[in-house]
Amino acid sequence: MSIQVRDVSKSFGNFHALVDVSVDIAPGHLTAVLGPSGGGKSTLLRIIAGLETADRGAVLIEGADVTHVPTRDRGIGFVFQHYAAFTHMTVWENVAFGLKIAKTPRPRIKKRVSELLELVHLDGLASRYPSELSGGQRQRMALARALAVEPSLLLLDEPFGALDVKVRQELREWLRRLHDEVHTTTVFVTHDQEEAMEIADQIIVINQGRVEQSGSPNELYDRPANDFVMGFLGPVTTLAGRPVRPHDIHLATAVSPGSIPATLDRVVSLGFETRVVAIPHADAEPVTVQLTRNQIDELALEVGDTVYLRGQDGDRQQDRVVTEMHQDRAS
Amino acid sequence: MSKFVLRYGVLGYLALLLVLPVGMVGYRTFEHGAGPVWDALSSHDAVSALKLSLLVTLIAVPINIVFGVFTGWLLARREMPLRWLVDALINLPFAMSPVVVGLAVFVLYSRTGWIGTYLFAHGIPVLFTWKAMTIATVFVSLPFVVREVVPVLEEIGTEQEQAAAVLGASQLQAFFRVTLPAIRWAVVYGTILTVARSLGEYGAVNIVSSNIVGQSLTLPLYVNNRVGQLDTTAAYSAGLLLAVISLLILVGMTAFSSRRIRQTQTGVSG
Repeated sequence: MSIQVRDVSKSFGNFHALVDVSVDIAPGHLTAVLGPSGGGKSTLLRIIAGLETADRGAVLIEGADVTHVPTRDRGIGFVFQHYAAFTHMTVWENVAFGLKIAKTPRPRIKKRVSELLELVHLDGLASRYPSELSGGQRQRMALARALAVEPSLLLLDEPFGALDVKVRQELREWLRRLHDEVHTTTVFVTHDQEEAMEIADQIIVINQGRVEQSGSPNELYDRPANDFVMGFLGPVTTLAGRPVRPHDIHLATAVSPGSIPATLDRVVSLGFETRVVAIPHADAEPVTVQLTRNQIDELALEVGDTVYLRGQDGDRQQDRVVTEMHQDRAS
Repeated sequence: MSKFVLRYGVLGYLALLLVLPVGMVGYRTFEHGAGPVWDALSSHDAVSALKLSLLVTLIAVPINIVFGVFTGWLLARREMPLRWLVDALINLPFAMSPVVVGLAVFVLYSRTGWIGTYLFAHGIPVLFTWKAMTIATVFVSLPFVVREVVPVLEEIGTEQEQAAAVLGASQLQAFFRVTLPAIRWAVVYGTILTVARSLGEYGAVNIVSSNIVGQSLTLPLYVNNRVGQLDTTAAYSAGLLLAVISLLILVGMTAFSSRRIRQTQTGVSG
């Protein structure tokens, strides 16, 4: 199911959660809504779900205007950050809830719930209560519950935000695989750029109630529309007054055209990757450079050495400048 | 040392103030064996009082459960004009002397009262009947369910209800299948308190009762009446019956509250 959000605005008192937001979400995709806390991304998801009403604007699902359609008639599945498990029901009853509401025949409920519990690897825990499950298990139960009614659209609000790192990593990969099997149009909200980059087909970056950029993970990473997107999607350092990714800086012990001299200040080893901090002789603003362990071993650097820094390759930044110049000329 | 004094001081104080007097009632009741107690409790007047107390309680409690759950839900879940006023009004029976409550019912339902005039004209006397006593009892025991339900509703939040809505439930379905089960211990706890208050109410009921022995006395009124007549055996026996009922309610409440604590520990954390 495709989703279109048209010029949606929403305020809570004086706080503008969303300002004229328009978004297109392609059918069958796994889309991430990415942004800092309080940026409006959850509000956007809740407006698509009908859990919140927009002050202005419209929401279209599969071309049909659903702005005034109540949540229960939108045919969506929703997964909450804190699971929203029905605490007085067993895992089985939780998953069966939507089917019972829809007056599904009993044998069919039985079959469907069994399938889903198997899918989320909870088949042995059907008679447990949510309080007897771990956080990861509860979230998988919530996912099975949302999928039970065969929603045309699956929405997840920071689904892994309350889980610890290892479980989060597992569930994230598992969600990607699940999506590849089920193909339900899925939108999830996250403030974790790594999570978004790793599993999403499409990323929408939202900040201060506005869409900063949307596109594929690579598009956003390589061609960020502005400094905010660049900074939010990956590490950024400043070289000669320009933002640049630490792994795009070339570090050498010999002078080369366009390079600037700097004093090596710190070498931090992070396993395979090594982070080097150097202070340019010219402006004393520390520059972070990311190298591999092998590269650093070959260079045999010591703190205090003079090194030469240069924006690496044809430079994506320069590419952008060139294209912009071409466009200028064309217009 | 000071710890010792504090701890046993409190215990001694409670013993002197609560346990000793109630124990004395028990002792006095059975001073001459169980025979007279049984005779006193099975007398027509005592049975009539017990029946009237039960009747009033059985009507007042369901009314307050329904009102309490509904009002509690409104207070916790809906934007309401003058919410603070509604909130304060619900506490009124706690703050006001029951005698004043009785007086209010008296004024309204007497032959010349606003409602009474109308009811008497239609041949439905309320004042000095069990109906007025029930109304007074509903009034004094009104806050208990609301006060138990509101904090629990606020604590569990609205996420479960939203999840139910997304899964296709109407507001009514969400309420009966998700919200009500989630607050069930609060409702039970509030109900127990309402029962205790309804059975034990004296002041409000006293004013609107015709106070005829064997006809319009509830158990507390009957105890008072017997004391007045120096019929100590009957007074002690009925008094002890009330005390035993309260004790059972207390035990029940303690059992329920420990369950409720367990539920909130496991339930709300996840």
